[in-house]
Amino acid sequence: MHKDNQALIFELTKEGRVGYSLPTLDVPEVDLSELLPNDLIRTEAAELPEVSELDIMRHYTALSNRNHGVDSGFYPLGSCTMKYNPKINETVARFPGFANIHPLQDEKTVQGALALLFDLQEHLKEITGMDEVTLQPAAGAHGEWTGLMMIRAYHEARGDMKRTKVIVPDSAHGTNPASATVAGFETVTVKSSDQGLVDLEDLKRVVGEDTAALMLTNPNTLGLFEEQILEMAAIIHEVGGKLYYDGANLNAVMSKARPGDMGFDVVHLNLHKTFTGPHGGGGPGSGPVGVKNDLLPYLPKPVLVKNEDVYTFDYDRPESIGRVKPFYGNFGINVRAYTYIRSMGPDGLKAVTEYAVLNANYMMRRLQPHFDLPYDRHCKHEFVLSGRRQKKMGVRTLDMAKRLLDFGYHPPTIYFPLNVEEGMMIEPTETESKETLDAFIDAMIQIAKEVEENPEIVQNAPHTTVISRLDETKAARKPVLRYYKGE
Amino acid sequence: MKHRYLPMTSQDEKEMLETIGIDSIDELFSDIPEKVRFKGEYNIKPAKSESSLTKELAQLAAKNADTNRYASFLGAGVYDHYKPIIVDHVISRSEFYTAYTPYQPEISQGELQAIFEFQTMISELTGMDIANSSMYDGGTALAEAGMLAAGHTKRKKILVSRAVHPESRDVVRTYALGQSIEVIEIPLKDGHTDLDALKDMIDENVATVMIQYPNFFGQVENLKEIEPIVHEAGALLSVSSNPLALGALTSPGQLGADITVGDAQPFGIPEAYGGPHCGYFAVTKKLMRKVPGRLVGETTDEEGRRGFVLTLQAREQHIRRDKATSNICSNQALNALAASVAMTALGKVGTQEIAKQNIIKTHYMKQQLKRAGLDIAFEGAHFNEIVVKTEESVKQLNDRLFENNMIGGYDLGLSYEEFNGHMLVAVTEQRTKEEIDAFVQEIAAKVKEAGATHA
Repeated sequence: MHKDNQALIFELTKEGRVGYSLPTLDVPEVDLSELLPNDLIRTEAAELPEVSELDIMRHYTALSNRNHGVDSGFYPLGSCTMKYNPKINETVARFPGFANIHPLQDEKTVQGALALLFDLQEHLKEITGMDEVTLQPAAGAHGEWTGLMMIRAYHEARGDMKRTKVIVPDSAHGTNPASATVAGFETVTVKSSDQGLVDLEDLKRVVGEDTAALMLTNPNTLGLFEEQILEMAAIIHEVGGKLYYDGANLNAVMSKARPGDMGFDVVHLNLHKTFTGPHGGGGPGSGPVGVKNDLLPYLPKPVLVKNEDVYTFDYDRPESIGRVKPFYGNFGINVRAYTYIRSMGPDGLKAVTEYAVLNANYMMRRLQPHFDLPYDRHCKHEFVLSGRRQKKMGVRTLDMAKRLLDFGYHPPTIYFPLNVEEGMMIEPTETESKETLDAFIDAMIQIAKEVEENPEIVQNAPHTTVISRLDETKAARKPVLRYYKGE
Repeated sequence: MKHRYLPMTSQDEKEMLETIGIDSIDELFSDIPEKVRFKGEYNIKPAKSESSLTKELAQLAAKNADTNRYASFLGAGVYDHYKPIIVDHVISRSEFYTAYTPYQPEISQGELQAIFEFQTMISELTGMDIANSSMYDGGTALAEAGMLAAGHTKRKKILVSRAVHPESRDVVRTYALGQSIEVIEIPLKDGHTDLDALKDMIDENVATVMIQYPNFFGQVENLKEIEPIVHEAGALLSVSSNPLALGALTSPGQLGADITVGDAQPFGIPEAYGGPHCGYFAVTKKLMRKVPGRLVGETTDEEGRRGFVLTLQAREQHIRRDKATSNICSNQALNALAASVAMTALGKVGTQEIAKQNIIKTHYMKQQLKRAGLDIAFEGAHFNEIVVKTEESVKQLNDRLFENNMIGGYDLGLSYEEFNGHMLVAVTEQRTKEEIDAFVQEIAAKVKEAGATHA
């Protein structure tokens, strides 16, 4: 083993050490052989660690030191809205009355939780301009699938069985086509124009009587507002299709334009992006879905209702698509999002969008002289640069991303969207100060200079991280996905 | 606008507008057509200060009956278990909870290694070759097992036991609808999956048979008898399992499961009114490339140091788009970390001890209920739940228990017509003898009353 390897928790194990404090058994001891059939009693123990509590804390502290979060430094990862995660959210979600309640308790014993969920739905209805909201989907992709299943149910309820296709732009998030497949649809791609927006002529060409829906983010993944949104809505609605809003980019338009007013029929939100549920290293998230009235009957079960200040779940929903998740969604994340919205208020949410967009445009204009900017117009909350100029000098966008690590930054999203060569998608968010933006911009400019003068330093980056570039081919060719004792 | 999350000053704003070459922020929104532009502010509650909002929400939380104040006998898929205090300290380290998915491995080794360790622990407990980095929850994980099986076998029928959690079965049905897969339920016999019925129902169109182990009623299904029936028909055996029970029970992997899924909530994750919990997904080696979601693999860097990366990504939505094995993107990473810490704290010995305590305490509850004259619906092996026939409506009984600071069990009549007047009672290691005795006393009160009337 290499001397610089970080030990696995299994490698710290020593027989005889414990890290737990279980209650003492206060009822008569019984041998398991009297209670279970012999062949169902486990004979080989799971090889889990045997370590003390301090061993555990040191191990995970060491791991955390090998990890970069928003609290560690700037994280301009496009499309992910890596804004500050307020600490009050964490405190509130841990109140015993929110953390330690069981989903199957009698509704009258959890009225506080239900009141919070109901009020969150009301706030999200106003923010999105939709008629009703369900909080059940666990994440954005789960919300996409839930929304598409509702669209499918809507068409089928009208006896319209030929709507087999979902249209997505070539710049769409990967989850869009994947969700369409899981919901049983075929995906059709619509092209972007040279303006970076959906090509209306191409859209007219691909729509038809088999169109179930068009999935769209607005602003799109290039950070550009789809100005012809009303025309697009008309094209889809004329052929009987539905318009689906991927809310990943909602941070760009709060208080400026609501999906419900743009003609969208279904919306999903990512509460872990715009509404500060922390990303948690990949989850848990929360992906509420909002709908217009004609899709109400198909909402997933159960639906939260309020009757004279008493909250109950309605299970009697004969046309519902059914359950999409056990219980009622990722409650803990919904509590955090609610706390955030209440911390901001209407003027706060408006400022969030204005500053997010101002920050993005400022960065874009300052970086424009040093990198290629494929779409030269005001962006919204994020923008996409191209590294094609640097590529000609032998340095790829991947190299520049790795070089940013040496400056203590998390790099932008790279090679996405797919319609930009050597793309770098930068989203600063509103919680970053001008000083932070300026320092990052300086680092980017220095890297652009290095590409011209000393490309090796960029090509061989990173130089300061705990490990250097990893052999991903080896990882995929001979997958080692777990540790085996003694190997 | 001054707000503690918004560092913009008027001076900053002025300088930035100058750099951009515009006069006002409004100009940046000029591309939004007038017709769709939202005017003014949202009609939502005004902002609250930190302390007044904290106070308001604390009062709202206090309206809920939590398990710190009530002894809970409610399980049905979500349990009040020992949560090592260290768990919350680890997951509160913000290098973990404020990070995104570890797409940049050089600065995400902590998260990647933690997931690798989670994959190992789940593989060990379930006896499977491989586990992924997590799913939303046990219910959606089971649904994804059905999708994987249908894709792998190219068959369009799923058999699911009625002894599988009713809400998980509902989720399986919703997912199946999208894929035009038929879902058929296997009937019950004495609180277990009816194996004779299974033998009659299975045929060469069945992609997978879904069994819960221990099942929804707390009974330990005999997977050893089920496995050959499933495999002889060429179907996959999908097992949904409470991983904490596997400290004492023979692992599904050893009993021939092809896919084992479940929820790691019993390991250190709060009930949180049903979520976020932590689904897990484990398979045999032959299904490795069909697993949904993220996988972390070991590799080396340029200097030969061990490191970890997201791997086999060709399965995933951001690469394969409409051809991906699943649409899952965000998962439950932070809760997988929580479960890892709890599994580490309990460790090799503690996981056996905690599972054993659940079995023995549940056995004690069973003996005491019988002694008090109550009927236990199903005999056989139990993990930490039993079904008891109540002399009064379950709702009425639960109301009475609540007045005595107890949260009663699950009213089975809500999901099984034939079990009206039956309560599913959970007894974890957290319930003391005193609490169990108090529970029995309360539930037995009506039996005594009934006895007195008869006399």
